[in-house]
Amino acid sequence: MAVKILIPARPDPLSSTQPISSELEVRIRKRFPNVEGSFILNIHLRALAGFTILFGASGAGKTTLLDCIAGLTDPDEGRIAVGGEELYDSEKRVGIAVWKRRIGYVHQDLALFPHLTAEENVAYGLRALRDSERKARSREILDAFRIVHVRDRRPAQISGGERQRVALARALVTEPRALLLDEPLAALDQPTKSSLVGDLRNWNQHHRVPILLVTHNREEVFALGDEVVILEAGRIVAQGQPHEVMRAPQLETAAHLSGFENIFDASVLALHEDRGTMRCKLTTRHLRSGTVELETPLVRAEVGSQLRVGIRAGDLLLATESPRGLSARNILPGIIRRLEPRDVIVSAIVDCGGTEFEVHLTLAARDALQLDPGKSVWVVVKTHSCHLMKT
Amino acid sequence: MNWQAFWLTVRLAAIVSTLLVAIGIPIAYWLTYSRWRWKFLIEATVALPIVLPPTVLGFYVLVALGSRSPLGRWWESLTGHTLAFTFEGLVIGSLLYSLPFAVQPFAASFGSVDRTLLHASASLGHSPLQTFRRIVLPLSKAGLVTGFALSFAHTLGEFGVVLMVGGNIPGVTRTISIDIYDQVQTANYSSANQTALALLVISFVVLSVVYGLNRRPWAVGPWQ
Repeated sequence: MAVKILIPARPDPLSSTQPISSELEVRIRKRFPNVEGSFILNIHLRALAGFTILFGASGAGKTTLLDCIAGLTDPDEGRIAVGGEELYDSEKRVGIAVWKRRIGYVHQDLALFPHLTAEENVAYGLRALRDSERKARSREILDAFRIVHVRDRRPAQISGGERQRVALARALVTEPRALLLDEPLAALDQPTKSSLVGDLRNWNQHHRVPILLVTHNREEVFALGDEVVILEAGRIVAQGQPHEVMRAPQLETAAHLSGFENIFDASVLALHEDRGTMRCKLTTRHLRSGTVELETPLVRAEVGSQLRVGIRAGDLLLATESPRGLSARNILPGIIRRLEPRDVIVSAIVDCGGTEFEVHLTLAARDALQLDPGKSVWVVVKTHSCHLMKT
Repeated sequence: MNWQAFWLTVRLAAIVSTLLVAIGIPIAYWLTYSRWRWKFLIEATVALPIVLPPTVLGFYVLVALGSRSPLGRWWESLTGHTLAFTFEGLVIGSLLYSLPFAVQPFAASFGSVDRTLLHASASLGHSPLQTFRRIVLPLSKAGLVTGFALSFAHTLGEFGVVLMVGGNIPGVTRTISIDIYDQVQTANYSSANQTALALLVISFVVLSVVYGLNRRPWAVGPWQ
């Protein structure tokens, strides 16, 4: 497990009661049922202040693990402690009640109280404080999470992203000793996701608590880039930085690829684990001379192994000048061989050094670019438009 | 129309349904959240008045209130008279008779509150009772109103239990339904008709209000 550097907390009136850093220790066993019958959750985990991502397929035991830490369910045996204080210990017969644990838990469904306004939801956990202080604290966090404008509205009257922020703010305002997030970002679009994660990181700069974030989305793991723990069938199978451990294959099935207009045989040239990509050389059947190389997403493969790459014709871009300053990693020069109108689109066959790509364009795009057979073009392929399958 | 019987009945129904809110909420709470394995026996007991002939229930209540039972003796030593054939006795009998009509809607609405809300409340530092007061009760408004109104309407129309426990004492235990029975017995059909119609209309209005309120989950009144 990578060692994290702990930044000392700033003197902050909000965090005066908070230890500088707390560590979450979990060592539990629990038999639990899932769709394939019952199996054993067997986890030994230490999470330092900062993000730890729990990654795994559904049914791997991620939510059960969080439920055990929060105290919503008890493990069969083991020990759970935060900041050195025991929350659960089967040997010593310790089992702190959920409501005394001070563990923030943001449920997948958010679980906002429908009869309370956003502000009342946020202030809910501040029961013990005086009215004025409760108000001040909730206003402060509403502000930090940019949801002041919806404070008088009920959950049903605000957007999904705002609901997510209210749920996070509600959990954070109580200054939990650890934070459990069960797929809190799943329903959000990418920009909302990143700004929310940014706000969460800012908050944790001052509070330095362990944050366990559950996801089954690979891209989210790379985007967050923190320590990741991979769960499979109730066990930790790998742990480390995303590029070290995220080599689980994302290979497509033959049935899935069959709908792709462009399918090529390819061999792996190089793996770039730090970037989550790899380089493949296309070895198509039409190959006469020259070769095309593509940057594709990283899958479990060795250098030299044979794969099949599928790319949808609608995912490809055409440019009539060599594009510059593009985020797409693959820009291939080629010549238009044929243009075939099909209903409302045009299918362009582009020869890139002997490899033919089918690209779908709108009629308007064809006319604007004045495309004709024989014209020189550049085919643009995004890394994540390349879908990989074993041959 | 016998106004004395009418107001006596309304008073009885109001007292009984108000008491049933106080008694029914803890019982419904326990029925909803208890994990006791024999819980179903209590559930069956609470539901018993729905299927039991009122005379059977009335008979046992009468025996329990009489001067031979410990409860009857205790009451007699306290007040100097027995519970049987008094208004208080009628209240006790009606409480038992209408209990399921309050408890079942209460328990159903408590049970339909999403468990994840209860979990969220707990992890925000609220004890089960605080959670019940701040989350479950407010979200069960419709069920509470339903339980109150159903037990009110049910008590309005009771006959068998009243006759067994209270008898037919004007101004003390003679309720509308007993009055109607009396009038029919003395062939006073036009008076019986008036009273019966009044009871029918009241019951219909109460039930309409209940179903009308439950149509929209958040509304407690048409003003919202």
